[in-house]
Amino acid sequence: MDVDFVRCCGECWHGPGRPCPQLVECLTSGPFCHEARACRDTRQARNARLRRETITRPVIYIGTGTCGLGAGAAKTVAAVRRYLEVHAHVRAEIVEVGCIGLCVEEPLLDVQLVGRTRLSFPRVTEKHVDSLLDSVFGGTPFPVTPLGQFRGANVEGWPDVAYLDEHPFFARQTRWVLANCGILDPTSLEEYVARGGYAGLARALRERTPAELCDFIERAGLRGRGGGGFKTGTKWKIALKHSADQKYMVCNADEGDPGAFMDRAVIEGDPHRVLEGLALAAYGIGASKAYIYIRAEYPLAIRRLQHAMAQAKTFGLLGRNILDSGFSLEIALKQGAGAFVCGEETALLHSIEGRRGMPRPRPPFPAVRGLFGKPTVINNVETLANVPAIVLNGEEWFTSIGTETSKGTKVFALSGRVARTGLVEVAMGTPLRQIVFDIGGGIPNGKAYKAVQIGGPSGGCIPSQHLDIDIDYESLKRVGAMMGSGGLVVMDESTCMVDIAKFFMDFIQRESCGKCIPCREGTRRMLEILESLSRSRRNEKEFEALERFRSVMNLEHLAQVIQDTSLCGLGQSAPNPVLSTLRWFRDEYEAHVYDRRCPAKACGELLEYTIDEDKCTGCSVCVKNCPSEAIVGTLKSPHHVIPERCIACGTCVDVCHFDAVTAA
Amino acid sequence: MIAPDLDPIVSKYPAGRREALIPLLQDVQAAHGYLSREAVVRVGQYLKLPASKVYGVATFYNQFRFQPLGRYHVQLCRGTACHVKGSSQTLSAVERTLQVKPGQTTRDGLFSLEVVACLGACGLAPLMAVNGEFHADATSERAIKVIKTLRREATKK
Repeated sequence: MDVDFVRCCGECWHGPGRPCPQLVECLTSGPFCHEARACRDTRQARNARLRRETITRPVIYIGTGTCGLGAGAAKTVAAVRRYLEVHAHVRAEIVEVGCIGLCVEEPLLDVQLVGRTRLSFPRVTEKHVDSLLDSVFGGTPFPVTPLGQFRGANVEGWPDVAYLDEHPFFARQTRWVLANCGILDPTSLEEYVARGGYAGLARALRERTPAELCDFIERAGLRGRGGGGFKTGTKWKIALKHSADQKYMVCNADEGDPGAFMDRAVIEGDPHRVLEGLALAAYGIGASKAYIYIRAEYPLAIRRLQHAMAQAKTFGLLGRNILDSGFSLEIALKQGAGAFVCGEETALLHSIEGRRGMPRPRPPFPAVRGLFGKPTVINNVETLANVPAIVLNGEEWFTSIGTETSKGTKVFALSGRVARTGLVEVAMGTPLRQIVFDIGGGIPNGKAYKAVQIGGPSGGCIPSQHLDIDIDYESLKRVGAMMGSGGLVVMDESTCMVDIAKFFMDFIQRESCGKCIPCREGTRRMLEILESLSRSRRNEKEFEALERFRSVMNLEHLAQVIQDTSLCGLGQSAPNPVLSTLRWFRDEYEAHVYDRRCPAKACGELLEYTIDEDKCTGCSVCVKNCPSEAIVGTLKSPHHVIPERCIACGTCVDVCHFDAVTAA
Repeated sequence: MIAPDLDPIVSKYPAGRREALIPLLQDVQAAHGYLSREAVVRVGQYLKLPASKVYGVATFYNQFRFQPLGRYHVQLCRGTACHVKGSSQTLSAVERTLQVKPGQTTRDGLFSLEVVACLGACGLAPLMAVNGEFHADATSERAIKVIKTLRREATKK
């Protein structure tokens, strides 16, 4: 990629040595330094081509984000390439895009024929490619029902195909942050610019001082999307007020919350949006150096970012004297080494400095004394991805949707026992019921809804009686949950709430950094208590039953102490999963404590195992695998479980080929 | 003996600068598959840090390993969505099949097992990755099938 590529004619002088302040406008709408009809025509034709409004040959788009690849998109791409080699007359172009968010239908393949709208097909694995492309290019009926078609101006639509924005998954979404994800080629800076990218940065550099920009973001009411919900503009202002010879801007892409993957999807699908937001933030606080701290577990996102950074540098949108404004920015990528606590800002800074990622007490806040002792602002990926559009469209546009205290949209990662898993971006204040049932399509297999777990290990569960809350930062706190990073895990009646609490406690005690005692010892103790709840009498020795009861009495008190005395957010919110399940599902806890019974039939130790004589063929697989020799029987005749010997490990259920073992 | 092939990796970073520590360890691990005792000592010398400090940082982070990987590195996701969809059964099935615990490598050096907090593709839960290649919807049966296929391939060669 060469800078010459963007020049319209010999009159244009933009280059590394002499940046043009109007480059972005010149590439998209004008005005430009010299008025020439030829240049305008070239520009309009190029923008139409980059936005793929006019195409000269068919285009095949394949969603190749991490989730798409997981569903087999790489093999689909290879199959499409093979197809195009065989059918050379088709002359189609392959574009690998990011994830549009509908994970459950991956791999997604879109086809756009010349003069027609773009069509989207679901679940196109390699074996479907040939028949599908044959029908599209041959004009015969499609072998699979299309997901929908995109809207397009001046092109012919497909009859009898619904529009994609009418699909129940997309109909109720407001896609601002995800606007380009799955639509454009994430490796192309020009496509991003053609869709209005970097215009916000260009405008802010020309028209606003850093102080004005901070004011503006504060007025727009953008709040941190990483979970805390602190006002972004206010944070920037604090850093701007503290003068220093060097300030740092950090993008937190450490997304350690299990169940959240929106940051990854945004970076993979639209990396330039994050870079532009980062550049704006750096300009706002007066930082000339920025870091992106990203999980090493996201190799594709890392590659996309590196590529995007190199491109932006070539175009003069990063680096020295950006667009001749006098503002320079160097961005460095730091790979996180897999510690959940590094999402906490002070721990993250220690990690960048090459130390153990352990938090330190605040104040002083990083905005006053952060990385290497200099003022530093840390913003989450989604927060930064919101910034360019706010600068471009104005604060009224941003405040036009949302609730009293939370403006704009929020991206949720919808997963678990729900029909349509994926990324959902809705206006703040959308009822939870709408997200789970209208967009997510409700609970599959006719099971009943039990709860939604929101906010990861620091969040909580929302039971059915609160399904109608309008989601924002405050309403979630009122029901004992929190926004967190926005992972929504749906659970049905087969999920045991004590087990979920145990799962999170196990996670937290493993990820606790160990610096402060309440968190290190307290979470460990809490996990032991929860484990004792789901222990069967058979496995209790000496006075363990008494111990168990005493610890149950102290569970809530212990949770309170951990909350009050931990050093950082991880410890302070660690008891939330336990407290919230206790609050809404006390009956399940009581069934475990008093009756040693698991209503959801999930805690293996509390179940009685029996073998169905009609189904058992006497193959003896269970006998071979039973660790406690609790199953007896002769070959080819039904077997039996001896309850006294059974340690309820559940191995027999897993190994039986005939579903003859039941646990109840 | 200090591995001589560490030098080209180490010399990419400025000497004696602490912030280079984690990227440097990551590079060494990417090249060797794990952090050997020699590597930890060598990195410490280069950055002018005691080996105990280097080791302290390396053991803090989940990414760093101190044993060589198997030929097939199996990662099982234990995120919330995977847990709700039954990844604990998958984990115990895989442990039984391979006869190893997470963090260990089978004695024939074929498989190493790792449990990761979240691979970030919750829409495909439960998730398993082998040498970075994702296997969606990894129920116990499917996970064991993948492992057995790989084992057959390896013994054929």
